Amino acid sequence: MGMTIGEKIIARAAGVDFVKPNDIHTVTLDRMMSNDGTTHLTVDMYHNKLKNPQIADNKKVVFIMDHNVPAENPKTAEAHKKMRNFAKENDIVLYEGQGICHQIMMEDFVCPGELIFGADSHTTTYGALGAFGTGVGCTDFLYAMTTGTSWVMVPETIRFNLHGQLPEGVYARDLILTIIGDIGANGANYKIMEFAGDGAHNLSIDDRIVLCNLTVEAGAKAGIVEPDEKVVEYCKAHGREAVHMFKSDDDATFAKVYEYDLSKIKPVVVRPDFVDNFATLEEVKPEKIKIDQAFVGSCNNGRLEDLRIAANVVKGRKVHPNVRFIVAPASQAVYIEALKEGIIMDLMEAGAMVMNTNCSVCWGSCQGVIGQNENLISTGTRNFKGRAGHPTSKHYLANAATCAASAILGYIGGPEDLQ
Amino acid sequence: MGYTLIEKIIKKNANLDHVVPGQIVTVNVDRVMIHDIFIPFVADKFEEMGFTKLWDPEKVVLIYDHLVPTSAVEDVRHFQIGDAFVEKYGLTNVHRRDGICHQLMTEAGYAKPGNIVFGTDSHTTTYGCVGCFSSGIGYTEMASILGTGEMWVRVPETIKVIINGTLPANVSAKDVILRLIGDLRADGATYKALEITGSTVDAMSVASRMTISNMAIEAGAKCCLFRPDEKTCEYSEVALSDVDWLYGDEDASYERVMTYQAEDLVPVCACPSQVDNIKAVSEIAGEKIDQVFIGSCTNGRLEDLAVAAKILDGKKVACKCIITPASRKIYMQAIEAGYMEIFAKAGCIITQPGCGLCCGRAGGILTDGEKVVATNNRNFLGRMGTSKVGIYLASPATAATSALTATISIPEDLQ
Amino acid sequence: MEKFTGKVWILGDDIDTDIIIPTEYLALPTVEDMKQYGFSPLRPELASLINEGDIIVAGKNFGCGSSREQAPEIIKALKVKCVIAKSYARIFFRNSINNGLLLIENSEIQDVIKEGDLLTVNMGESLEFDGKSYEITSLPDNLMDIINAGGLVKAMQKRNGLI
Repeated sequence: MGMTIGEKIIARAAGVDFVKPNDIHTVTLDRMMSNDGTTHLTVDMYHNKLKNPQIADNKKVVFIMDHNVPAENPKTAEAHKKMRNFAKENDIVLYEGQGICHQIMMEDFVCPGELIFGADSHTTTYGALGAFGTGVGCTDFLYAMTTGTSWVMVPETIRFNLHGQLPEGVYARDLILTIIGDIGANGANYKIMEFAGDGAHNLSIDDRIVLCNLTVEAGAKAGIVEPDEKVVEYCKAHGREAVHMFKSDDDATFAKVYEYDLSKIKPVVVRPDFVDNFATLEEVKPEKIKIDQAFVGSCNNGRLEDLRIAANVVKGRKVHPNVRFIVAPASQAVYIEALKEGIIMDLMEAGAMVMNTNCSVCWGSCQGVIGQNENLISTGTRNFKGRAGHPTSKHYLANAATCAASAILGYIGGPEDLQ
Repeated sequence: MGYTLIEKIIKKNANLDHVVPGQIVTVNVDRVMIHDIFIPFVADKFEEMGFTKLWDPEKVVLIYDHLVPTSAVEDVRHFQIGDAFVEKYGLTNVHRRDGICHQLMTEAGYAKPGNIVFGTDSHTTTYGCVGCFSSGIGYTEMASILGTGEMWVRVPETIKVIINGTLPANVSAKDVILRLIGDLRADGATYKALEITGSTVDAMSVASRMTISNMAIEAGAKCCLFRPDEKTCEYSEVALSDVDWLYGDEDASYERVMTYQAEDLVPVCACPSQVDNIKAVSEIAGEKIDQVFIGSCTNGRLEDLAVAAKILDGKKVACKCIITPASRKIYMQAIEAGYMEIFAKAGCIITQPGCGLCCGRAGGILTDGEKVVATNNRNFLGRMGTSKVGIYLASPATAATSALTATISIPEDLQ
Repeated sequence: MEKFTGKVWILGDDIDTDIIIPTEYLALPTVEDMKQYGFSPLRPELASLINEGDIIVAGKNFGCGSSREQAPEIIKALKVKCVIAKSYARIFFRNSINNGLLLIENSEIQDVIKEGDLLTVNMGESLEFDGKSYEITSLPDNLMDIINAGGLVKAMQKRNGLI
């Protein structure tokens, strides 16, 4: 009997030839990532709960400060200090304010076929390169960091066969938001969402990041795009070699198979307060929903393509005076490329506020926090109640073009509505 | 008998034949600036006082900078109240995301040579860089000006500061004002005007003079004036003939004259936790630091970023280094000049223009036991985090050089 | 002339506005919400210890720094009767007058008094402590006008015919 991509990755990590759903295996992790959202808690447990603790392999551990960077109060500064000191004492690589953890992991670490734990739910991102990335809590992370291993129960795989091309003005973000709308916020609970088909291979790596990143919003344990030549090129361009390029066997078992015709996808606006509260932009438009803040950024949509889309929409226009338009590049590398291309200049010229590279508005506690009764449209990952600020605020999710256009209009609309 | 620069401005404004220090004069205000932190209080007091319209909406400037970007849920309330005030009273000069108020006031031409300007912020002294009498006030007084266009002032005594010669290549305007504050002490110019002259400041850019005027408040000064020259006229877009009356007379009566020779000055720091605790950088060099901050209305201008870029070009910072340009315009100029790319490649954290870390609300707050070299204007206890943070105020050159080794370091000669 | 006695709290030179109320708390909705953080960087416990009618005695340059009017407002909200300092920063001085917080200048009392002592103030005349008297001056007329009106808001209300 054949295996899916996810099963093959787990089998490799477990050192066995075959695994099947619901098996429990001890696996050796290829890498572990922790960010400033929780590292201080892990460090506290490391010191207080363990006897003579040791890091199994410090070269496999990556610490990234991205959530509250730079610190906005003494409490987060204290958490950062703890993280910085621990990294120094244990010779763990530390990134501080150089980008969002998942983007840095993609740029500097992830390889196809790897099994990676991240102390952050959006660790599913790494499937864009054919890796198995999954989010864990502090306790799991601590165990993994100190033993180099963990246990996993093999999840079932749901297959998404994608066909064709996305129409112009429609993006990978619309695709994944449509899928989540279809299957629901728990539609892939504890399962792997695997993307394949010609439509998947037509997508750029950045697009695949968008897909895999949001699979957790459907409850998935991992999201994986079948790796191809684009993955090999990406790895090469970032100084790495793609070795374990797994594909699902023809006789692999899928819990379910979905077919998606990409040409049918439309721009999406997800309404508050849940990621599966799907609507199309066309449906929302007549309501002329007034917005107070627009955001382009996050590990889901803060890459060069997204900034370019936003810049093209606002170029030669001015952000609505009553809208705060916040743009946060996903990493320094993205920022530097955007600088060179003139994207940052176009955004600044239009009146956007360009932030340092970090989680920004999507994290909702450090910068761009929204207030009472305010409306936000964003390319962030989640629109849970109160996540971006005041519990009475409303958070809509859309693609970068819609967010940028809405920033100009002052209400939710698309680039086609601009004069 | 002659008059000092501040006396001339007050005399002309109030249409008086003669003024003397100590005299109480009611002046006609040319422009006022309110920022986001205080707009709710100004709006409240204004209505409580019974005013129903602004004396002149065109003369009122509202700037959001302390809370941009927001970092707490309550922050937005300030924008909501500000926007409602704008709507109700017809303000047109509103900046919601363009940078720090003091930078914008001169950069956008709101504060011109010879003007009298008040702002709800102590660093309003900044506009003295173009020969404008500007000073900080509280929100109650601001509310009364909004209604009346008038303000009473006590004609201040003037301390004249003469600086002649050429500054050493690693010494900048920041070192000059820190040294001056060290000599005057934190209260040495309280209620008084500073008038700064001499070949050294004549040779300075308007931006450098701005650094000096900005920090004059740290010696308690009511204002800090420079005589406008061609550079001022170009910057403020006024004719030289309009400002040729703006100078202190030879026979004016100064309370005190302080004289400096530029060649004698060295790079200095204001050490924790008083602005007048001035030491030469050489005395404290080698001290370990955790962070560097280059920005603020004191030192967030293009020339400051240029100095930092020159030092950081092709290198990597050894500690967290936060760069916060003073305005959107400066940010864009810095992109064009290639500085932003240099900073990003050096590993700096580049933030949105605004008050950021300097006002202690966001943008790189520190905690117990940490030390920061910062180019801003205050190192008060707890200003950038807990009361156990050590803040060393320094020039952009000292700050950038220190970032390379994570120790306080003497900047090399930059020429 | 008014005469009052209060318990003394001693603070040093250059008590800046960020000590009186750190920026962190300035966006709290009201001065009542903020007052618990008064003086917190220097003495976190102080705000909770101050009682109505107490007197703050400080050194030179009291209130230096920012223009934040919450500084005198918080001292007033803590029900401090008056501040006695060697000197005051300019903006703080104006803000105090405009809010009706009484400021007294004196440079001698600091040498003899200690925290917890009781000090008597004869308005516009003298401080009395330990059987000795220390001279104080009254404010210029234009400032007394504002104080007599009950602060600048009241003065403006009068001007606008509200009272």
